[in-house]
Amino acid sequence: MPEVRVEGAAKAYGAVRALQDVSLTVNAGEYLCIVGPSGCGKTTLIKTIAGIVKPDAGEVYIEEEAATALPIEERGVGYVFQEIALFPHMNSYDNVSYGLMVKGATPRERESPVEEMLYMMGLEGYATLYPRELSGGARQKTAISRTLVSGSTLLLLDEPLGALDLKVRTSLRYELRKLVKDLNLTAIHVTHDQEEALSISDRIVVMKAGRIVEVGPPQEMYLNPRELFTAKFLGEANFFTGTVKTCTDHVEVAVNGSTLMAEDREETPLRGGERCVLAIRPEFVELVNDSVGGNTWECTVTSASFVGDHFRYELRASNGEVILSKAAVRGDAAGFAAGDKVFAALPEERLLTFRYPEEGLEKALNLE
Amino acid sequence: MPYISVRNLTKRFGPLKAVDDISFEVRDGEYLCVLGSTGSGKTTLLRLISGIIQPTEGGIFFGGMDVSGVPAEERDAVYVPQTYALFPHLTVLENVAYGPLSKEVPRSEAGESALRVLRMVRLDARADAYPNELSGGMQQRVALARGLASGSNTLLLDEPLGALDIRLRVELRTELRRLAKESGLTVIHVTHDQEEAMTIGDRILVLRHGKLQQHSTPFHVYNRPGNIFVANFVGNSNFLEGIVENREVIGSVIRLRENLRVKVADVSFEPEEPVVVAVREEKLSISPRARGGKENRFSGEVEAIHFLGEWTRYTVRLTNGDQVAARVPTGSPVKAVAVGDWVSVSFSPVHTHVYESPTIGLQRELEVY
Repeated sequence: MPEVRVEGAAKAYGAVRALQDVSLTVNAGEYLCIVGPSGCGKTTLIKTIAGIVKPDAGEVYIEEEAATALPIEERGVGYVFQEIALFPHMNSYDNVSYGLMVKGATPRERESPVEEMLYMMGLEGYATLYPRELSGGARQKTAISRTLVSGSTLLLLDEPLGALDLKVRTSLRYELRKLVKDLNLTAIHVTHDQEEALSISDRIVVMKAGRIVEVGPPQEMYLNPRELFTAKFLGEANFFTGTVKTCTDHVEVAVNGSTLMAEDREETPLRGGERCVLAIRPEFVELVNDSVGGNTWECTVTSASFVGDHFRYELRASNGEVILSKAAVRGDAAGFAAGDKVFAALPEERLLTFRYPEEGLEKALNLE
Repeated sequence: MPYISVRNLTKRFGPLKAVDDISFEVRDGEYLCVLGSTGSGKTTLLRLISGIIQPTEGGIFFGGMDVSGVPAEERDAVYVPQTYALFPHLTVLENVAYGPLSKEVPRSEAGESALRVLRMVRLDARADAYPNELSGGMQQRVALARGLASGSNTLLLDEPLGALDIRLRVELRTELRRLAKESGLTVIHVTHDQEEAMTIGDRILVLRHGKLQQHSTPFHVYNRPGNIFVANFVGNSNFLEGIVENREVIGSVIRLRENLRVKVADVSFEPEEPVVVAVREEKLSISPRARGGKENRFSGEVEAIHFLGEWTRYTVRLTNGDQVAARVPTGSPVKAVAVGDWVSVSFSPVHTHVYESPTIGLQRELEVY
C-alpha cells in the first residue's frame, strides 16, 4: 500500500513555479531521498506533503486518505528540519517527553516510551543533559526522538543532517536509515548531499526547475540513468556531443572527428544519423600508456591533483575534447603530472548514450 | 621567500582561545587551504591576517614587514567574507569593477577584467543584473569575483564556495585555483571541505580547537597524518585499539582484542604500550572466501554494503568484535558478496599508521572536533 501519493501538485510563488505537475508515490516502509539543485522545488515538495505548504493545484494522499486540506498536526507525520529546534531549558528527556505531552499524555504514561526512544537512539546516557551540553549529532538525534516518540510512522526529513560536520553527518545517515528500517517507518528525506542520497535510500527522486526528472534505485540512477540531468547531478560525468554513424546492437558515434563505440541502451534507443550525447563517469575513464584497443583518445594532462583516495586529472584530447578522469590510488604508484602524454580509454560498456536534448545540451545540464 | 608569516598567534575571546599559539608561513604565489570544522578557529585566523580583528598575542608579517599596527584597508590583502556584502544599487558588473575603479583604474580596463572574472565564476550572462535578482550562490560568486578583480596580490577567502551546490562547487574550485595560479596570487582559503582543500591547496593547514594539527602538502596530510584527529578528519580511516606485542627491525606486531595480531611498519613504540592502528578504508581488500591466519588477513562477517557512487563500502565485523569498513571502486566490485557472508579482509603493514592511545579514550577522541 502506498504510504504517500502526490498527484499533479503545482505551486507558484509569484513568477517562480516551485512545483509543476508533480506526481509521486512513496511505498510504505520505503526510504526515499529527494535531491536537486537549489531552487528545484524539493523543499516545497516535502512541505506540501507535510501540510506546511498548500499546493495551488493537485492532491496529497496519506495512507490513501485525502490529506490536502488537513493541517500538519492532523496528518500524523513527523517533520524534522535542518535547524535543530530543541528547548534550551529542557534536558534531553524532557525535550523528547514534550512530544507526548502535547498529545495529552500524563508524565507516567510518557515515561516508558521516552526511555525506549532514548535507548533506541543511543541517547540513554544523555537523558539529563541540556542541548548546549550535547554535540550537534546528539542534538539532532534528540530532535528526531521527540518527533518519533509520538508514534508517527511517516517521517519527513528536510536536510536533517545539513547543519552537522561531515564526519558526524556521515555516521548519522547510516543510523537514520537503520532506525527507519528497524521501526518499520516510511521516510522522505530531502538532501543536497548526493552521497547521502545514494548511500541510504531505496529510491532517489531527482528534481529540476519544479519538476521530477527521474526516479529510481541509487545504483540504477548512478550507473544507468535515463536522463542526462541525472547523470549530471548525481556524481560527476563527462559529456561529449556526437552524431550516430551506425546503430545495430552497438552504436558508432562520431565525436569531433573521432569514433567511439557504445552499447545501445534500451532506455534511450538511437537512430542512425541523429545527434546524440555520450556520457562517462570520470572514475571509468582509464589512463593507459598506449592506444591498444578502440575507444582510446590521445591526451595531454592539463592538471593533476592528489585527492587522497584518488588522483584527479583534467585532460585535453588531441581532438579538442576536455576529459575529467579520476583514478583510484593503487599501491604507492605515483600519478601522472601536468604535461604528460597519456591515452584515455573510454570503455564501451561504461559509455552512456542519450538522445540530443531538444533544449540544447548546455540548458539540459544547467544547474540553475 | 615567505610572503605571509604568522608567529605565535593567539586570539582570546573571554576564556576561549579561538586561535592558540599558531605559527606558519605562506610562500609568495602559494595556495594555502586552512581546513577545520565549525569552531576550529579558521575564520578567526583569516580575520586576524586580514586585520579586521587584532591578535591577543603574536605577530603577522607581510613580505617581512610587521603589519600589527596596519589597518585592514592598508594591508595588501583582500578579505572575502563568507557572508557577502554587495552594493544593492549597483549591477553585478559594477560591483565587481568597483574596487579597481576606486583605485582609478581606467573604466575600459576595469570593465574588461571584471568581465573576465565573471566568466570564470560563470556569471558573465548576468553582468547587468542587480544582486537582489540573484540566488544566494550567485551572490557569493559575485563577491568572489569582486575579490579576484580587486587587483590585490593576496586573497583571503572564507568558504568562498560554501553556499554553492556540490556540482558547481566542484567545477568552480579547479577554476579558482587556475585563475590564482595564472595571476600569480597568494591565496589563503578557509574551508571545512577536506576534498576541496586536497584538490586546490599547494599545502593544507589543519586546525582543531584553535591549535595547528598539521601543515603540509595534501599528499603528506593524507598519507602521513600527524595524529589521530587528522587521520580521522581527512579521508576515511579505520581505527583499531591494541597493545604493542613486540618490536622488530622492520616493523612491530600489535595485539588487538581477542589476540588478533596486526603487523605494522611503525617501530616507534615500546612493547606493552597501548596504541591505535589506523588504516584507510580504501587500503582494505575484501575477498569472498573467509581465510584467516596470514599476515594482516582476518575473517569477518559483512554487516552492511553501501553504494556511494564512485565507491562501494563494505562494513565487516571481525571475529574479535572490531568493526572495519572497506571501500572498493564501484568499477571493480567484489564478486558475489552479500550482507551476512563471511569474507576475508586484508591490508598491508605499510598502509598502517600507529598512534599513541589517546588519554580521553579513542571514541571520545574521534567524536570531538
